[in-house]
Amino acid sequence: MTELDPCDLLVVGGGNAALCAAISAAERGLKVTICEAAPIGFRGGNSRHVRNFRAAHDAPTEVLTDSYPTDEYFDDLMRVTAGKTNERLARIAIAESAHIERWMRERSVRFQPALGGTLSLGRTNPFFLGGGKALLNALYRRAEQFGVKVHYDTEVTGLVIEDGAFIAAHLNHRGFAARIRARGLAAAAGGFQANLDWLEEAWGPAARNFTVRGTRYAQGTLLRSLLDHGVERVAEADQCHAIALDARAPKFDAGIVSRVDSVPFSVMVNTRAERFYDEGEDFWPKRYAIWGRLIAKQPGQIAYSIIDNKALKLFMPSLFQPEQADTIEALAGKLGLEPSALSKTIANYNTACTGGEFDTTVHDGCRTKGLAPEKSNWARPIDQPPFYAWPMVPGITFTYMGVAVDENARVQMADGRPAANIWAAGEIMAGNVLGQGYLAGIGITIGSVFGRRAGEAAARTLQN
Amino acid sequence: MLDAAPETDIQREARRAMEICNACRYCESYCPVFPAMFARRDFPAPDLAHLANLCHNCKGCWHACQYAPPHEFGLNLPATLAKVRTQSYADYAFPKAAGRLFQHNGLFVSMAIAVSLAAVLIASMLLIDSDTMTETHRGEGAFYAVIPHNTMVWLGGISFGWAIIAMIAGVSGYWRATAGGRPGWAAVRAAIADAATTRHLGSRGGGCNDLDAGFSHARRHAHLATMWGFLLCFAATCLGTVLDYALGWQAPYSWYSAPVVTGTIGGVALMGGTAGLFAIKLRTDPEPEARELWGMDTGLLALLFFTAATGLALLFWRHTSAMAWLLAVHLGFVLALFVTLPYGKMVHGLYRMAALIRFHAEQDR
Repeated sequence: MTELDPCDLLVVGGGNAALCAAISAAERGLKVTICEAAPIGFRGGNSRHVRNFRAAHDAPTEVLTDSYPTDEYFDDLMRVTAGKTNERLARIAIAESAHIERWMRERSVRFQPALGGTLSLGRTNPFFLGGGKALLNALYRRAEQFGVKVHYDTEVTGLVIEDGAFIAAHLNHRGFAARIRARGLAAAAGGFQANLDWLEEAWGPAARNFTVRGTRYAQGTLLRSLLDHGVERVAEADQCHAIALDARAPKFDAGIVSRVDSVPFSVMVNTRAERFYDEGEDFWPKRYAIWGRLIAKQPGQIAYSIIDNKALKLFMPSLFQPEQADTIEALAGKLGLEPSALSKTIANYNTACTGGEFDTTVHDGCRTKGLAPEKSNWARPIDQPPFYAWPMVPGITFTYMGVAVDENARVQMADGRPAANIWAAGEIMAGNVLGQGYLAGIGITIGSVFGRRAGEAAARTLQN
Repeated sequence: MLDAAPETDIQREARRAMEICNACRYCESYCPVFPAMFARRDFPAPDLAHLANLCHNCKGCWHACQYAPPHEFGLNLPATLAKVRTQSYADYAFPKAAGRLFQHNGLFVSMAIAVSLAAVLIASMLLIDSDTMTETHRGEGAFYAVIPHNTMVWLGGISFGWAIIAMIAGVSGYWRATAGGRPGWAAVRAAIADAATTRHLGSRGGGCNDLDAGFSHARRHAHLATMWGFLLCFAATCLGTVLDYALGWQAPYSWYSAPVVTGTIGGVALMGGTAGLFAIKLRTDPEPEARELWGMDTGLLALLFFTAATGLALLFWRHTSAMAWLLAVHLGFVLALFVTLPYGKMVHGLYRMAALIRFHAEQDR
């Protein structure tokens, strides 16, 4: 078995949280090694696919409009999680979110100017110029400048932990068994969303039909190993961020382009050609993240978003072209739905539309009356051919079940003691803050804040 | 004209790239290609050509691309747009056959033309009066003792005149196919300001990915030196013409005369700029490059470099017996530059201007 060079801090994972931990520790003089399961071309986990993070601020900045006070941020978080959050950790993440941008800029990360933005997040979320891969490029360069050694294609397969103290990690190092000893461990290897077997334990057979939006390397091997060694667990196994995306997207790593934004202007039906949820409940960015779970509960985990010609240009173009037909019956045929059933659903919906002034920029109150469920905004008859449809499936972004940490990102053991030399950051501990629900961009905020805290705490602990 | 033709492989790949980018949009702030792309939903051939000519090849989008290889989408936007761009030079070149010749053999063809022109000049001088090649010529009109004034005017006038006509024919064909109509003054002014400062090579002040994922200003500075160096050399030629015809002062001019000072500064900048651009080309990460276009790109760099180098050499040794040889070689490069102007990489300046004007016109709308 190969023995890799020992180090002070072993960082497991290669995304934003891992790099924030590695850079913070290396800048304070620790000898840091990163073990990234992916090869270099796929490095960075889900950070490859991110675009922005959520930041509190008191006044407009170069990259943010208006202000976003910490209290409002906290209220938003309480609302989406229905209170399922560790308030102390949440307040730390929110307070420090205001300093992430400067920290990143000092490390050569570039941002877009405040644009108003396609997702109306210009007030709350700074956007990385070029997105997550550009962020990663800058952070990897910084890490390497500070002597951080990066092993790609190196997955941690097991941990040696004695009495709450990390000693060594067993690795699959480019296909060979290897081991590395370190004085501390920063666990930042993501969730277990790419591990369909594990998802099936939580979701049942429906999990087989999930598409994994991000990295295929989030297998949860490190998380399972930590839990097996008696680390305290947070959040439920079925809690996750999941959206509805195009059924034709690749199984892994399709990222943002598999998104379809037609839902609020469409009628969503399942394989029985029945509607199942209010498509116009709220603006799409605010409802984007509930549709994954909604479709996961439909038969076969698939649904169809149906519009007519007048709605086609109301939302961003999709990567995959929609199915198209001149009659609803023909469209049903292309989708494999019962034509008479779909035609009846659409006819009922058309009759139930109450009219009103259609306006995509406000809750326009163009609603249905007499349907179950109703559509409460942007409801217009679907009557102008050609008709279009997108097949949509649940796309999982990341799982929330993870390891419990304290305010310094130190991992907590199930017996109530803190681990001696183990810290965690990113998706693997996001469940401390996100018991359920999601707030756009908070994933990178949690990873950045607790990544830095993990690196700083490791430096303090290991240098004494 | 082009939309009627079936989609070529390059166009199909470019359209596929646009469809991925248009659903992603993470690169929206890098350069004008993205806002121009997002304003469209369909990508017929002329629109692809327009977007390709807006691209300044900074490679920011390549290094940021989550869909670049090894991702299964295998997106390579800079290389794809470079191929579409070069194809557009060939498609609208006048005459077309000349454009195709340069598309793949630019370096070889440029150098071959320069060397043959110089050889023809030398050979004719030797045939007419071999003594001129060994004597030292001094004083006003010395150059014309070697090659008669009229010959030089005709050679230069015809080749440059042809270049101007062919380039105007090419870029007007391109303009009609991709946009048409009369652009407003505001759009033209904005495009000139962009070009004069090569603003889009700067990517909002943060630099470009000249060599790798790190940001630098090296390519922008080398390009500015090349562009302004070329324009100064051109200005020097114009000044010489004015002195000759308006004031009756014949070359060679003194070291401190306006044409020589302008030309010397221009020549040094041109040599430095082209050498810098070539060095970047040699060292840059090859993946986002379209290697088959190497000949065309380096052909122009080589012509400009040697035109400047032989011009400066002529200046330094004009009072020695080497002058006649140097003059012939320098004229060979100048004439080759003129002749190839409408078919080589130089047209990128015009096509890019046209694309920038159209971009600003669309933004103003």
